[in-house]
This record gives sequence, structure tokens and C-alpha cells, in this order.
Amino acid sequence: MSELTRRLVLLGPGLAWFALFLVAPCAIVFVYSFLERGTYGGIDRVFTLENYTRAADPLYLGIFISSARIAAMTTLAALLFGYPAAYGIAAAPKRWQVPLLILVMLPFWSNYLIRTYAWIVLLNREGLINHGLEVLGLADEPLPLLYNDFAIVVGLVYGYLPFMVLALYSSIARLNPETLEASADLGASGLRTFLRVTLPLTVPGIAAGCVFVFVLSIGNFITPDLLGGGRTLMVGNLIFNQFLSARDWPFGSGLAFLLIALMMLLLLVQAVVARRAGGAGLHA
Amino acid sequence: MTAVVAVDAIAKRFGAVAAVDEVTLGVAEGEFFALLGPSGCGKTTLLRLIAGFERPDTGRVLLDGRDITAIPPNRRPVNMMFQSYALFPHMSVSGNVSYGLEMEGMKGPERSRRVAEALDLVRLGDLAKRRPDQLSGGQRQRVALARALIKRPRALLLDEPLAALDKKLRGEMQVELKRLQHETGIAFLVVTHDQEEALAMADRIALMQDGRVAQMDSPRALYERPANRFVAGFIGLMNFFEGRAAAGGVEVEGLGLLKAEGGQSGEAATLAVRPERLRVHLAPISSESANTLAGTVVDISYLGQDQLVRVRVAGQSTPVMARVASATDVAARVTLGRKVWCEWPPEDGRVLLT
Amino acid sequence: MLKAPLSRRVLGAHLGLVYLFLYGPIAVLVALSFNESGLPTAWTGFSVEWYGKMLANAAIRAAVVNTLIVAAFSTLIATAIGTLLALGMERLRSSAAMDAAIYMPMIIPDIVLAIALLSFFTALDFTLGLHSIIAAHAVFNIAFVCVVVRATLKHFDKSIVEASIDLGASESRTFLRITLPVIFPGVLSGALLAFTLSVDEFIIAYFTAGAGPSSTTFPMQIYSMIRFGVTPEINAVATIVLGVSFVLILVSQRLRRDEPL
Repeated sequence: MSELTRRLVLLGPGLAWFALFLVAPCAIVFVYSFLERGTYGGIDRVFTLENYTRAADPLYLGIFISSARIAAMTTLAALLFGYPAAYGIAAAPKRWQVPLLILVMLPFWSNYLIRTYAWIVLLNREGLINHGLEVLGLADEPLPLLYNDFAIVVGLVYGYLPFMVLALYSSIARLNPETLEASADLGASGLRTFLRVTLPLTVPGIAAGCVFVFVLSIGNFITPDLLGGGRTLMVGNLIFNQFLSARDWPFGSGLAFLLIALMMLLLLVQAVVARRAGGAGLHA
Repeated sequence: MTAVVAVDAIAKRFGAVAAVDEVTLGVAEGEFFALLGPSGCGKTTLLRLIAGFERPDTGRVLLDGRDITAIPPNRRPVNMMFQSYALFPHMSVSGNVSYGLEMEGMKGPERSRRVAEALDLVRLGDLAKRRPDQLSGGQRQRVALARALIKRPRALLLDEPLAALDKKLRGEMQVELKRLQHETGIAFLVVTHDQEEALAMADRIALMQDGRVAQMDSPRALYERPANRFVAGFIGLMNFFEGRAAAGGVEVEGLGLLKAEGGQSGEAATLAVRPERLRVHLAPISSESANTLAGTVVDISYLGQDQLVRVRVAGQSTPVMARVASATDVAARVTLGRKVWCEWPPEDGRVLLT
Repeated sequence: MLKAPLSRRVLGAHLGLVYLFLYGPIAVLVALSFNESGLPTAWTGFSVEWYGKMLANAAIRAAVVNTLIVAAFSTLIATAIGTLLALGMERLRSSAAMDAAIYMPMIIPDIVLAIALLSFFTALDFTLGLHSIIAAHAVFNIAFVCVVVRATLKHFDKSIVEASIDLGASESRTFLRITLPVIFPGVLSGALLAFTLSVDEFIIAYFTAGAGPSSTTFPMQIYSMIRFGVTPEINAVATIVLGVSFVLILVSQRLRRDEPL
């Protein structure tokens, strides 16, 4: 068997599947995004840029901006909460590190709907947290915890914190402990060693974690749908609505493409940051 | 006599690099042959060309005089022992060893008998049921040997067979490899970067440099009569004196004529002398027949049986090395900074034309 | 790495908080599923009544069957194709472009993949149903299996393949006798991960299932239960789903023994 045949047999099926069920569908969406909506919800084969100009309409631009704001808050919270956690795992005895990390990742791989639902139970007006506050006498009346941006951010952080920790851990664990010792040996305090050595060396992990959490958050549908209660519309919901209720597929396609473009841009930034820092990209 | 395995003007390039550059050599029946050289000299590529894992760009691989260049590796009657041993981790020792016979379609008692025989040969009979990860490094190596030898190949190819072992075990396994080779009568072609290993085990050595054979000879000839500067410098320690070949020796700037056999032409030449050929004197000597050099001791390295004395000689950028037996009067009295006189007979030097 | 006991203790406490954050909500659901009243605010006694109700629910049962069909087939397809892909990528001198291609289906927002597949199937006049969900789930599952198997291949000593060929085995025999058995734990690990992801996936299934209850999957059923009237039954469903996922993922991790994914 020649090397070419071998590669064809091995790579062919996967590439064909991706071509058929990933690339072709995305190409169709790309084409749709330049077509007009039909009178009864179909597609009219007329070229237009309207779907993109419409996305710049303050109404939709506002949704993009508020989505980005929520995604940014989620990312920041996950980073601040996740960095010490990842550091803690990396500082744990070697044989504990993998079990600790698996424990972090376990929820990430399980049912997202149900994990989101758990927060409805917790944040509800009659939910566990409000009930607890009442019992403890800390609140006279239930706090509006659910169906707002706060709930969405909590839900997203809950969903993607594990991923952030994983990305940070793989960066922190690759630090050579001797470089930290060298810094201490040269007279730096713990804090200065962290700021001057640890932090710069883990920039690739920070970039990877942040970009992925941001991308996963901004395109999310379930969390704003269930925890935002439909009050806060995010890009994901907007696309969902264009396809399933407004039946404006071309506009939905345009929005989807803007989302993909944003994602590509951020991934590019992440790749550049990782290369500059001398590390590799994502090591999931 | 036809060689068991031979390569004929074989060449292999990887991109711009000529890994093996027109090499011709043959391993005789029952011979222990070593391919020696620094890393990147092409010795492993040459081995893989013979095994069939690489296809040559030009040239042929011959087995008993027959061209096997086009035959795929699984149908070549040569077997290989890999540097990592490449034991199958999911099979027991006997599973590993019987694998080759299984592929030949051999079954039943005949196969079991051959497996037991092969395990006995490498003295692993009682570990047949173990898995590779339950074995020590030395035991793994024996499994790898048994697995390759059970096929009764015309030649066994060994890629750095001892590199993964610690130093003490390495010495024992050298003896073991020689025993196995002797008992089986199979031609061994071993690749190594370790000159001591090659000198100790091989009947013949091909020293390679940049994809070519620099010299092919017996260990003794390689050590005592190096063909060129590279060989002389690669094997063992050597003193070099750069100069011009002249009648009766080599003319070295600042030192005059250093007498040696074979000087003649007036071309640039190097005189090479082994440190053990130099005698160190604590008082001036004059000799008509021998070469003498005066200098100051700059370093003494104690090596156990011997000590290596480095002597700075005027006009020479590197100190001259002399090996002095530890149990001598000279060794006891030589000290740093002391003036000494080194002497060697002309026949102990070798003129290398550069 | 860190010597100072104080910072160690602070980090430890923080880590504890993180685990509380991650597992607290899950623990609440599990506890609720055994609460007779089904209410989060009042514990009225231990009961498995909600599990009984869940089992008696014909819609749930049908959805579970659909999900198992989807997960089984998409896992089968993805395991075969993803493993081949991983093996093929090992043979490439530079796999940077392929790496990017593999990560695409993993990071593309689900909603985008969902609408793209819906558009694609509609444009081709493809009848939607379980088979279209299977094709869709295989897309991201191929990527995940490929990544997991590649992680296994990193520790794979390629010289054992050459050793097998050297000992007289053909390429196909070497694959069946040597390569496949040695990487099998990794393949199985990838398959289990793929199965879990498929069982839990909602949006893409929702878009590619077509109309009608005949292709409603379990997560779709759960979504409508959450969205349109929460009954305490869902806590029992949640407990079972999380329990099954956790077991599958733990086994998947155990099979790999190297860095977790």
C-alpha cells in the first residue's frame, strides 16, 4: 500500500464526513446570509447585503453588545475564580493532580441542561437561596436572583469554569518549578515571583481559557433561555428565534456568520498570544 | 565468499541531507559486524535500509548475493532488534517470542518447542508468562533478542542494543551478545555510537561519518592504523601535530622534524600519536632515534590504573597527552607545573595526510 | 511548587469552594429527587415516588429509547472514523491545518452547527428524523474521539509496528494484532466520551430531529419539562442522567490514565 493510499483510507472518511456535515452546511448558511427572505419564510434567490446591514441596526447591535458584555463578565469571573483553583491543583502532590482535575471536569462533560436547571432551583423566588436568606433573617423578601443577567452569568460561569481551570492548569503545570525557585533565589518575594514569572509564563493558558469561555458563552442558547427567562436576549437566542419563530433564515444565517467571524478572530488572537509567549495553543 | 547481507552503492537522502551516501559493505557468514559513528552519521538509516523500512534512492541490498531491494520488510529473512526493544505491551513474553512463528503459520507443539528453545537460549524460561512491564531492562532486552532470533534469520540487525541499559549491565550484555552470536552462528550487524562497545564486541567495524564509511577494519587496525584524521580522533585519545610531510617524518613549526614512518611528499600532514605510546621522563633525555618534546605539566587526571598527564609544549595550542601507569616512579613524582620530557619512537607515530 | 503553608492553606480553601460551587447544585438536585414533597424548601421525608413516576412516564421512556439509538449509532460511526482520523494524522509531517479542522466542530457554537445542519438537510429535501441527528452528532463526536485517540497515540511506541512487520506480519495483520489492541483503551475512552456527549446533547438534536414525537430525544424531553412546567419528576430524571454521565466519564478517564480532557 502506498503512503498516499494509506492516508486516504485513514483520513478520507473523517474528512468526507466533515465536508458533508460541517463544511457544506456552513457554506449553505454563508450563501443564505446573502439572500432575501421569502414571503412565507422561505429563501428567495436574490442577492442582498441587507442581512448584514440589519445586524448593525441598534436593536440587534445592542444584543451583540449585551451578549459580549455578559460573555466578558463570565470570562473574567471564571478567570478570577479559576486561576487560584488551577494553581491549587498544580501545587497539590503529583498523584492528586489528575484526580482533582477530573473532579473539576466531570460536571463539564455531563448534561448541560440539567446543570442549568439546578440553578433555577437555587435562584428561584421560592428557591433554596432565597429560602435560606429568609430563614437566616438576611432578607425580608425574596431577592430577584433569577431571570436576569446575574443569573445568566452565574449559569455560564458554572458551565464553563471547568474548562477555564483545565486550560490554566495545563499552562501552570508546565512551569518549571526551578524557574520559580530561581526567582526566589534572586531575591524576589512570593508576590513578585508570581507577577514577574508565573503570570507571564501562563499567558498562553490564560488566553486559551478566556477565548474559549468567551466564545462558548457568547454563542450560548440554553443558559439565557432558561435562566434569563427570555428577558435578556443573547446572540444565540436571536439566531434560534430567526430560525424557529421569525422564520427569517437569511437574517439568522447572517447573524450566525457574524458569530463565526468573531470566534475566528478571537482564536486568531489566542494563537498569536500563545505563539508570542512561546507556548503552544490549546492543550486540551 | 559471498556476504550474508551486503549493500551495494546504497544511498538515501532525506530532503537536502544525504543520510547514507553510496555505501558499499558486506557482512560475512557468522560475523559480528558493527556500524559505529556519531549520531546523525547515517548508521541507523543504513540498518533500516537493510531491514527494509527505508527504500534506497539508489543502490541495492543483497542477501546471499540475491537482490532483495524490492522485497518488503515482512518478507526479508533478516530480523531486527529495536533500540526501544519494541516489545508488544499487550502480550506475554512467550506471546512476543512466538509472534514471528505465528506469522509464518507455524502451529501447535512445533511452535511451543521453538518458543521454549528460544527462551532457554536467552535464559528466560521461567518468565514466559510475564508481561513486558513486569520485566527489568535487561530481561526485556533478552525477550527482544529471543523474539528476533526465533525466526532463525540470516542476519540479525541490532539498533543500539545496549543503549537503554545501565553501565554495569551493559558490560554483561556485551559478553552475552557475543555468546549468542557464537552459539547461533547468525551474522550480527550492530549499530552503536559507543566505541568501546564496538571495539569489545565486533569482528569488524565500519566507522561512519556523514553518511559515508570512513574506515572499515578490525578493531585493532582501526585503533592502531587509523586511515584519516576523523578515525584517529574518534577512536580513543590521540595527540595530533600539524605540519608538512617531509623525508623521514613531519615538519612541525616550532618543534622541528618529528620522525615517523611514511613522511615524504611535502603536503600538509598530521602526525598522530597515542598517549600510551609516550614515555614521560622527569629529567632531560636526548635520543638520536626517538622524538622528544619538553614541556610543563598542566593537568594530571587520575584514571585508576593509569593517569593522564597533560603537558604544555611551546608552539602547540593543545597540551600533549601522555598516559602514565599509576604504579610507576614517574607517576608518583610528577606534579603540576613540573618540567617534563616526553619521548616516543618513530614507529609509534602515524602520518595522516590531510 | 508552593512552599509557604499559609498560601497553601488559602489555595486549598479556595479549591474547596470551587468544588462546592461545582457539586453543590448537583447535590441539591439529588437530594430533592428523594424528597417526598418535591419542593426545594421543605423536606417532608424520603421517598422514591418520583422515580416511580418517571419510569411510568411513557414519553420519557420513548425519548430515552430514541436517545440510546442516536447515541449508539453516532458513537459507532464516530469511533471508527475518529480513530482512523487520529491514526492518519500521526502520519502527517505537519498536522497544524488538520488540528484546526478537528477543533472546529468542538468549538463552533452548537446553535450555529444546529441551524447550518437544518439548512443543509432542508436544502437537500432530506427527511429529518433520528438518522439526521445521528449524522449531526457524529460530526462533533468524530472530533472528540480523534482528540482522545491522538492523546493515546502520543505514548504509542511506533517501533512496535515495525517490529511486527519485521517479524513477518502484513500491514493489516499488524493493525489488528498490534496497533488496535494497544490503543484500544484510548479508543474505548473516546467512545464513552462520545456516547455521553451524544446522550446529553440538546440543541443540535432539537434542530435536526424534525417535527413529531417519533424523534424526540431525552434532552429534548428534559428541555420541555424544564421550560413548560417543572414537576418534581425532573429531579429524579436529573439524578439518573448525571449519575450515568459521571460513571461513563469516570470510566473513560480511567481508561486513559494520562492527562484528563
